[in-house]
Amino acid sequence: MACPICGPLCSRYYMVLSVWAIVMLGLLGVFFWLRSPALFEDTPLKSNWEHHNYTLEYAKEKYEQNAMNCWIAAGIYVVLFVFSFIQYKMNNRSSYEMS
Amino acid sequence: MEGLLRSEEMTLCQMFLQSEAAYTCVSELGELGLVQFRDLNPDVNAFQRKFVNEIRRCEEMERKLRFLEKEVKKDGIPMLDTGDNPDAPAPREMVDLESTYEKLENEMKEVNANAEALKKNFLELTELKHILRKTQTFFEEAEHHHPQAMHDPSMSDETMGLLGEELPRSGQPLRLGFVAGVILRERIPAFERMLWRACRGNVFLRQAEIESPLEDPVTGDQVYKSVFIIFFQGDQLKTRVKKICEGFRATLYPCPETQAERREMAIGVMTRIEDLNTVLAQTQDHRHRVLVAAAKNVKVWFIKVRKIKAIYHTLNMFNLDVTQKCLIAECWCPVADLDRIQQALRRGTERSGSSVPSILNRMSSKQIPPTYNRSSKFTQGFQNIVDAYGVANYREVNPAIFTTISFPFLFAVMFADMGHGMIMFFAALYIVLKEKQFGARRIEDEIFKTFFEGRYIILLMGAFSIYTGFMYNDIFSKSLNIFGSQWFAPAEPFSLATLSEFKKLQFNPNETYTGSPYPIGLDPVWQMAQNKIAFTNSMKMKLSVILGISHMFFGIALSLLNHRYFQKPLNIICDFIPSLVFLFCMFGFLVLRIFHKWVAYDSSMSQKAPSLLIGAINMFLFNYRDEHPDNPEVYHIPGSLQGFQCFLVVVAGLCVPWMMFFKPFYMRHQARFGQFKHQPLSVQSGDLLNHDHDFDNDQEVVHNNDTSGHLHQEEEQEEPFDFGEVFVHQAIHTIEFCLGCISHTASYLRLWALSLAHAQLSEVLWSMVLRIGFSSSGVGGAFMLVIVFMFWACLTVAVLVLMEGLSAFLHALRLHWVEFQSKFYSGTGYKFQPFCFDQILDHSADD
Repeated sequence: MACPICGPLCSRYYMVLSVWAIVMLGLLGVFFWLRSPALFEDTPLKSNWEHHNYTLEYAKEKYEQNAMNCWIAAGIYVVLFVFSFIQYKMNNRSSYEMS
Repeated sequence: MEGLLRSEEMTLCQMFLQSEAAYTCVSELGELGLVQFRDLNPDVNAFQRKFVNEIRRCEEMERKLRFLEKEVKKDGIPMLDTGDNPDAPAPREMVDLESTYEKLENEMKEVNANAEALKKNFLELTELKHILRKTQTFFEEAEHHHPQAMHDPSMSDETMGLLGEELPRSGQPLRLGFVAGVILRERIPAFERMLWRACRGNVFLRQAEIESPLEDPVTGDQVYKSVFIIFFQGDQLKTRVKKICEGFRATLYPCPETQAERREMAIGVMTRIEDLNTVLAQTQDHRHRVLVAAAKNVKVWFIKVRKIKAIYHTLNMFNLDVTQKCLIAECWCPVADLDRIQQALRRGTERSGSSVPSILNRMSSKQIPPTYNRSSKFTQGFQNIVDAYGVANYREVNPAIFTTISFPFLFAVMFADMGHGMIMFFAALYIVLKEKQFGARRIEDEIFKTFFEGRYIILLMGAFSIYTGFMYNDIFSKSLNIFGSQWFAPAEPFSLATLSEFKKLQFNPNETYTGSPYPIGLDPVWQMAQNKIAFTNSMKMKLSVILGISHMFFGIALSLLNHRYFQKPLNIICDFIPSLVFLFCMFGFLVLRIFHKWVAYDSSMSQKAPSLLIGAINMFLFNYRDEHPDNPEVYHIPGSLQGFQCFLVVVAGLCVPWMMFFKPFYMRHQARFGQFKHQPLSVQSGDLLNHDHDFDNDQEVVHNNDTSGHLHQEEEQEEPFDFGEVFVHQAIHTIEFCLGCISHTASYLRLWALSLAHAQLSEVLWSMVLRIGFSSSGVGGAFMLVIVFMFWACLTVAVLVLMEGLSAFLHALRLHWVEFQSKFYSGTGYKFQPFCFDQILDHSADD
C-alpha cells in the first residue's frame, strides 16, 4: 500500500480547510455572479472602471471573471478535499494495522 | 430554582462508626462523594496517628507500582485502561496485594540486574571486537608503509615497524610496548593532549572511531566511542600511560601481539557475542512477558491502592471514643442528601458484617458551613468562572446561573461576526459531540484541557456571536442583504452623469430612505458607506451603555435577594434603595433619553434632536442656558424637563449621605438603646467536649480546636459594637459605589470599543489579504485565490478567532467580575470539598 504523504493531523487540517473553502468560495462565486454591490471593492473595477467610461459591459465582465475564479478555486479545493480525505483514510488504516 | 440560585444547605453531622465497620463505611462514602470530613485531631502530627502504619504500607505499594509503571512505559507496552472502577478492597486483601507487588518488583529487579550484567558483558565484548578489528588496520597500515621493517630479522614484533624509520638512528633494537582500549569520543582531544604533555611526546597514539553507537548498560543511552592504541617504550612510560587511561575512564583491553593470536581471539569473541545475544534476547523476552502481564492490571492496582490510602487517611482524622469500640467523625454534608449518606452507611455496615449500626447525628453549629453548588457539566464551566473570582458565601446568590447567558452575550457583543462565530460554534460543537471520546482519552495537554473544560462556554459564545453578528450584519466584515435594504437611489438626482462627475455622493435620508427600517439588524447599505464607522460608533456606544446600565441594575436587584434572604432589612433601606435611586438618577435617566431619542425623532427632525452627551453634562452642571433662543431648528430643552433633571441630580446627591450615614448611626442607636443581646442558644458539640477534656485522660476526644479557631474569634469580635469601624466601612462602600457607578458605566463602553476593533480588524484582513486573490485576472487568478484563501483562513482563525476571542473573553470576564459582581457578591466563602474517590484518583493521576 502507498505510504500516506500527509500525517493524520495534516490531512485533517486540509479537510477542514477545504470544506470551509468550498462553501465560502462557492457562495462568493454566486454573489459575484449576482453582481453584489457589497463585493464591488473586491473587483478590479475601482481603479479601472474610469478608463472604460463606466460601461456596464466592463463591470459585468469583471464580476463574471471573479465568479469564475471563485468557482475554479472551489473546484481546486474539492480536489484537495478528496486528496486529503484519501490520505486521512490511509492514515486511519495504517494506524489501525499498527495497533 | 432555589437549588440553582443558592448553594446547597449544609449541616454538620457527627458519625459514630463501629471500629470494624469504619473502613467499609468510609469506602462507601468515598464512592458517594458527598461528605467533607473535618480533622478532629489537628494537633496530632502525621506520625502519631492511628493508621500511620497502613498509610506507610500503601505508600510503599504505590512506590512499587510507580516503578512497575515506569518499566512498562520504558518498554513502550500499552497500558490497558479499561476505565472500570473497582471498589476499595477489604483491609485483609491488602496483604495479598502487597505480596503480589513485592513479588513482581523483585522479579523486575532481578531481571533488570541480570540484563544489566549481560549488557555490560556484551558491551565489553563488542568493544573488544572493535579493538581487534581496528588495531588490525593500524598494524596493516604500518606494514604497508614500511615493508622493509617487516623483513628485519632482528624484530620479532610487528609493531616495531611503525617506528622503523628511527631504527637506524638509534642503532639498537627497540622493544615497543602498546596498550589498546576504548574511550568516549568527546574525551579524545583532551586525552591526546594529556598524553603528549605527560609523556613529553614520547608516545604514539592512533585512534579510530567506532561508527555504530554503543549502549551504555547503566543508563541505557547510546554513546559514541573511539578505539585507540598507544605505543611507547619502557615500563615507566607504560605505567604513566595506564594511569592516564584510568584517569580518562578509558577501558583497556588485552590485545595479543601477533596477528594469528588476534585472529583467534576475534573468532572467540564473535562466538561469545552470539551466545550472549541469545541469552539477552531470552532475558528481554522474559522481561517483556512479565511487564505485559503487569501492564494489564497496573491501572486497576493504582486505583485500589489509592483508595485504600485515602480511606486510611480519612480514618486518621477520626476520634476514638473512650471504649475504643467506635470511631467518631465529624463532617459537613448537604441536608438534601442525608438519606443517601444514611443508606451508604447502612451498606457499609452490612458489608463489614457488623451487627451494630453506624449512627449519623445532625449537630447544630454556629460555624459557617462550606459552599456547595451543585453543577452539571454544562454549568460547571460558568461556575468555575465565578469561583475563580471568589467562592460565594454560604447561601449567597450564586451568579453562575445568570452568567450562563450574560457572559456569552457580552462576549458576543464584542466579538460580533457571524463568520467567526460560526467557526467558534462548530469547533466547540465538535468537542461537545465527541466529549465522551475526548474525556476517556484524558489528554494531558494543558491548552486542550482548558478548551475542553470550557466547551459549553465556547459553544454558547459562538452561538451568541452568530446572533450579534447577524444584528450588526457582519460576516467576515461583509454584510448580508437578506430582507432588502431600505435605502434606495432615485434616478432623479443620481443619473449616470452625476455619478461620473462626483467621487462621493451623500444620501439625504429624507429622499433616499423608505421610512421603515430594515426589519432586523443593521441595514446592509452601511457596508458601502464611507461614514459607516461614524454611524455604527454612535449606535454601538448607545447599545453598550444600555446593556451596561441594565447589567448593573440587575446586579443591584440581586443584592435585594441577598438582603431579604439573610434578613437584613437595614441593608435594604440603607444600601439597596439608595444605590438603585442613585444609579437611576445618574444613568437610568440617560438610558431613557436614548430610547426617547430613538423613538421620537426621525430623519426629518434630525436637526432638532437633542445631543445626549452634552445634555448629560449640562444636567449635572445645572446649565440650561439657551445658545440660540430664536432658532427653531435646534433642540430646546423644555422647562418641565429642566426641573425634573435638577430634581434627579439633587436626589442623587442626597443618596450619598443617606448611604453613608444612616446605617452606622442607626446601628449605634441600636447598640446603645436597643434590646438586650440574646444569648447564643445552640452550643457547639466541641465546647461541651472541651469541658470534659480537663477531667478526662488523654484519649478523650479532642475536638475542633484549631479548625474553627478563627471562626470563634470572628464571632467574638462581632459582639462589641465598634462605631468607628462600621462607619469607615460604610463610607468606603459608599464612595466605592458612587465612583464605581460612573467608572463602571464608562467601563461598559469596552463593549463598543472591542466590537469596533474586531470589525475593523476583520475588514483590514479581508481587504489586505483576501482581496489580493480577487485582483489578478485569468486562470492564474484562481490558483492565486486558492493560496491567498488558505493564508487568509489561517490568519482569520489565529488572529481574529483565537486572539481577539481571548481578548473579548478577558473583557467579558472583567465586566462580570468587577462591574457586575461588585454590586451584590461578596465571595468570601470556602468551598465544599467532599471526600470523593473520583477526585482523589484524578488528582493523583496528575501528579
